[in-house]
Amino acid sequence: MTATYRTNSEDNFINKNKVINFTFNGKSYKGYEGDTLASALIANGVHLVGRSFKYHRPRGFLGVGVEEPNAMVQLHEGHKSEPNIIATEVELVEGLKAKSQNCWPSVKFDIGEINDLLKSFFPAGFYYKTFMWPKSFWMLIYEPFIRKAAGMGVAPTKPDPDRYEHNYEHCDVLVVGSGPSGLASALAAANNGAKVILAEDKAHFGGSLLTDNVTVGNKTGKEWAEETISHLKNLPNVIVKNRSQVFGYYDHNMTVMFERVSDHIENPSEYTPRQRLHYIRAGEVVVSTGSIERPLSFGNNDRPGIFLSSAANEYMKIYGTLVGKKPIIFTNNDTAYKTAIEFKKNNINPVILDTRDSSSGDLVKEAESLGLDIKFNYGVANVKGRLKISSATIGKLSSDKESFTELQEIDCDCICMSGGWTPTVHLSSQAGNKLKFDEKIDAFIPNTKRQKETAIGAANGSFTLSQSLAEGFQVGFDLSNSITSNNKKTPLPTSNEPSYEDHDKFWCMPLPQNQKPKRFIDFQNDVAVSDVELAVREGFRSIEHVKRYTTLGMAGDQGKTSNLNGLQHVSNIQKKIVPEVGHTTFRPPYTPVTIGTIVGREVGNHFQPSRKTPTHNWHVENNVVFTNAGLWLRPRYYPRGNETMQEAVNRESLNVRQNVGICDVTSLGKIDIKGPDASELLNRVYTNAWKKLPVGKARYGVMLREDGMVFDDGTTTRLSENHFHMTTTTAQAANVLSHLEFYLQVVWPELNVNVLSTTEEWSGAAIAGPKSRDLMKKIFPLVDFSTEKFPFMGVVETEVLGIHAKIYRISFSGELAYEVNVESNHGLYMWNKIIEVGKEFGIQPYGTEALATLRIEMGHVSGPELDGRAVPYDIGLQGMVSQKKDFIGKRSLQKEAFIQPDRQTLVGIIPIDKKTKIPEGSHLVENDKAALPNPKLGHVSSSCWSVEYNNPFSIAVLKDGKNKIGEKLFAVYPLKNISIPVEVVSSHYVDPNGERVRV
Amino acid sequence: MLEIKCPYCGKRSQNEFSYGGDANIKRPKLGDEVSTKDWDDFVYFRDNPRGKHSEFWHHVSGCRQWFKASRDTATHEIFKTARLDEDL
Repeated sequence: MTATYRTNSEDNFINKNKVINFTFNGKSYKGYEGDTLASALIANGVHLVGRSFKYHRPRGFLGVGVEEPNAMVQLHEGHKSEPNIIATEVELVEGLKAKSQNCWPSVKFDIGEINDLLKSFFPAGFYYKTFMWPKSFWMLIYEPFIRKAAGMGVAPTKPDPDRYEHNYEHCDVLVVGSGPSGLASALAAANNGAKVILAEDKAHFGGSLLTDNVTVGNKTGKEWAEETISHLKNLPNVIVKNRSQVFGYYDHNMTVMFERVSDHIENPSEYTPRQRLHYIRAGEVVVSTGSIERPLSFGNNDRPGIFLSSAANEYMKIYGTLVGKKPIIFTNNDTAYKTAIEFKKNNINPVILDTRDSSSGDLVKEAESLGLDIKFNYGVANVKGRLKISSATIGKLSSDKESFTELQEIDCDCICMSGGWTPTVHLSSQAGNKLKFDEKIDAFIPNTKRQKETAIGAANGSFTLSQSLAEGFQVGFDLSNSITSNNKKTPLPTSNEPSYEDHDKFWCMPLPQNQKPKRFIDFQNDVAVSDVELAVREGFRSIEHVKRYTTLGMAGDQGKTSNLNGLQHVSNIQKKIVPEVGHTTFRPPYTPVTIGTIVGREVGNHFQPSRKTPTHNWHVENNVVFTNAGLWLRPRYYPRGNETMQEAVNRESLNVRQNVGICDVTSLGKIDIKGPDASELLNRVYTNAWKKLPVGKARYGVMLREDGMVFDDGTTTRLSENHFHMTTTTAQAANVLSHLEFYLQVVWPELNVNVLSTTEEWSGAAIAGPKSRDLMKKIFPLVDFSTEKFPFMGVVETEVLGIHAKIYRISFSGELAYEVNVESNHGLYMWNKIIEVGKEFGIQPYGTEALATLRIEMGHVSGPELDGRAVPYDIGLQGMVSQKKDFIGKRSLQKEAFIQPDRQTLVGIIPIDKKTKIPEGSHLVENDKAALPNPKLGHVSSSCWSVEYNNPFSIAVLKDGKNKIGEKLFAVYPLKNISIPVEVVSSHYVDPNGERVRV
Repeated sequence: MLEIKCPYCGKRSQNEFSYGGDANIKRPKLGDEVSTKDWDDFVYFRDNPRGKHSEFWHHVSGCRQWFKASRDTATHEIFKTARLDEDL
C-alpha cells in the first residue's frame, strides 16, 4: 500500500530512501526511517487506532508525543508483547507488529461500543452509584465485572526476555528538555565549565526550534539547534541524551530518567539493554520541559481525524506526513496559524475558524496575505463521521458565546485545534514547587521552589523565543557560576520570531441547538463536559474529589491535555477563579515507565546478592538442595537416589544421632569483640553473667531488645582476657552488630571496646554425633579430646598441616559435637579432610532440615521461636536471666503481662495418632468445634519428624504451658481446614537431662 | 532518595544509611530505679513532629559510625549532621 498522505518536502527527518515494513492489526504497511508508528499510520491514511476506555468509542490520534491520550496500542507479540504503548512514542523498526486494544472483535466493529449508545446510563460516578448494593453482589457479580472491564491492553504471561540496566550519574546542572531555553541553558552552563546532562525525550533535539519558522543568530532555529547540540556533544563535561525522559523528581535533587536505548534499533546487539534507568543526583535542575497544547471542547471532539494543531504541524515538518488534505484549523489563539501556513506551503488550503473577533499577530497577517479563508467568531459545533470525520457543523458564535447562529456543514477530513498552551510544570511540582496561576496564559506556572530547581522557557510560561533564550542563557550561566565561579558568559544571540496576540479565554463550545453530543475533556478516560458538570451539581467541590469522581486526569496520560480544561470548567461552573479551585497533585512518573526498567538487572537470582560459603561447590557436587537463609545459600538436604526430602532428612538426622554428621555453619554471624571493657559490654547486652567466664570457655547467651523481647542468641567464647568471639544467628548477624555499635557509640561511649564482623573470615563446620570425638582425634592429633581436658563449652586452638583451627565444643543438635573454624581460604580443604577421615565413622553431610529436626527434638529454640514477640520466659529461657545485674531490656521484664502466672511458655506437642505432621503456624485450641472466635491458647512454632521416636513432634508456645503437660488439645489450621488432636508434652523430647553433649 | 552527609565520609546516598530513631531519647542509667512511666516513655513513646527532628543515623554501608542529623520530616531537608560528640 503506498502512502498517500506524505508531503513533497525534503526538509524533515524522514529518510525516504529507507522503507520500513510493519503491520498494524495484521495488515502490512510501509513507512520510512525516521517515522514513528503514529506518523507512518497517518501517512497510510490510518486514523482509527483503538477504542476508548469507558464507551469504547473509536479513537485516532490527538497528539504527536507524550501528550497522546488516545493512540494506545499493543506492541509486539508473545513474551515481548507490551500493552498501552502510545503510538506517537514508538519509533518505527523493520517488522514492527502493533494492534489495537480494548476492542472485540475488531477495532472497526467493537461490541463494547454499546456502552456509547447507553452512555446516558454511564454518567460520572456510575460505578460508585451502581455497585453499592446489595452487599452480597460485590464479590460474585460486581468485582468480576469491573475486573473484566478494567484495563486496556493485555499483559504478557511469560517473563520479559529483554535486558534492562541501571546507571547512577552526578552532575552540576541537569537540563530537562532541549527546546530553545533548554539548549540555551545547557550551552551557557557547559561553556562555563559545569558538568551538564541534557535530556531530551524525543529522538531529535531542538523542540519547537524544529517546527517554528524562526531565526537564532543568522541561522534558522533548526540549524542553530543542530549546531548547538554538536558543540555540546564535543564538550567533555557534557552528557547529551536523546530518547530519554526524566520522569521523576525526588528529594535532594534526585531525578530519575529512563532512556530508550535500543527500542528503535532493528537488530540490537545481545548485550545492549532495551532501556536504561538513570538515577541522576543533580546540583541544579533546569526544567525546560516546554508546554503542551490544550484541546478545544466541542461536539464529538474525540473522533478520529481531530488533532492538536501543533501535532498536525509537527507531523508535517518532522515526519513529512499530512494528517489530512481538507483541514479545518480551529483555534482561540495565534499559534494554530503556523499549522495553517504549513498546510498552505503544501498546497492545501485550510479553513481557519477563530473564536476571537480579530487578531493582528504576524502569523494571522501572513495567513491573510496567503489568501487563506479565516472565519473570526466561529467555532465547531459538532462533527460527523464515526470512524473518521467527514464533515463539521460550524457556526458563528453569538456575542455572549453561549450559542451558535448560522450553523452550516462543511466537508473536512481533519480538524486541527488549539485551545492555548499549558506549561509542563510536572517536574517542578514534583520537586515541591508551589505553583501560581498566570492569568495571561490561563495556566499554572512554577513559583516558590523548595529544591534547587529552576523552570525556564515555556515551562515557566515564557512562550516567546526571545524570552526563552534570554532565560536559558541567564539561568544556565547563573546556576553554573554558583558552582564553577568561572565567570565565562556565553553571549545571547539575536533572534527573530513572529509576534503573537493574546489568546481567547474561551475553549468550551456551546452545544448546537436540540443536540447533545459529548464534548470531551479527558479523552483517555472518557470524561466529558457534562460529567464535570454533574460532579459539581452533585456537590463535589474540591478539585481532587471531582478528579476522583469523574476520573478526569487519572488515566495513563495523567491528564496532560485535560487537567487544565477540567479545572477551568469547574471554576467556570462554581464562578470561582482558577487559583481558588487549585490544581490536582502531580506525581511521578510523568510518563508510563516499563516495570522492566524500574527493576533493572535485579531479577531472578540477581534479585539480591547471593552469599556462598567456601564449601559451596562441594555441596553442589554432592547433590545438595539449597535454601535461602537471609542472603546466604545454605545446604537444606542432600537427597540420594530417589529419596524424598523427608527420607533424606530422616537419614541425615538419624546418622547424627547414631554416627557422625557434618554441617556447614559458616553463615552463623561472628563478631570479634576486643578491649578492656569487652566483658562489661557482654554483661550489659546479654541477660546472663559474663565477667567470670574463664579464658578458653564458651557460654550460651541470650540478648533482649529494650522492650524485653528476645533479640538473638548464640555462644560467645573468651579467647583471652579482653578478647571475645561472639556468634549470632544467621538471620540477625547484621542487626546484632548494628545493635552493639549503637550501644558502644551512642549510649555507653565510655566503654573501651571494638567490635568487628568476622563472619566471612571463618569457614565453620559442625561435627556432631556420638562418633565425633573419635573423628576429631584422628584429624587433630595434637589435641586432647578427653572431657577433662576439653569439656563441653570448651575451646581449643590448634594447628593441623599448617592450618590454624579454632575448635569449639558446642552443640545445637544435642549430641556430642564440635565446631571447627578455619580461615575461609582453608575451608574447603578442611571440609574435604573431615569427610575423607570421617568415612570410616560413617560421616554424612546434613543440611538445615536435619539441623532443625535435631534441635526441635531437643527443645532448643531457634528463629521460629525468637520471633520478636517472646520474652525469655515464653521460650523456656528464664534460667538465662540474671537477677543480680542490669542489662538491656531487663526493666521491661517486670511488665505486668510478662509476669502473669499463666504466661505462655514452650511445650512439646505430639499428635495423638502419632502419624499426622502438624503444620507450623497451627493454632492450639481447647475445642476445635467451638464457635468463632475460638480462643487461641498458643501456636505451633516448629515441627519435625522425630527420628528418635519415629513419630511427628512439634514445639509450641502455649498459654500456661507449664501446667498443661499431659493435656489434650487441638492443633487447628483453618486455612487448610486441618484439625489434629494433640497431646502436650515437655519440649525436651530427647535426652531431657542434656547428658549426650557432656559425655 | 535522600542525600546525607556523613560527618566522617561526606555526602552519600540514603541507601548507605539506616535510620536510628529520635536522637533526643536518653537511655536510663543501668542499675537505676526507673518508674514504669519513665521506662515506657523511653521504650515506646516518641514525638512525631512535623518539621525539625533530631535523629540518629547509622552509616551501615560505609564507616559504620552512628551520628546525628537534624531533618525536616515534612520536606526532608537536612539542616545539619553532626558527630555524636558535637551539637546539632
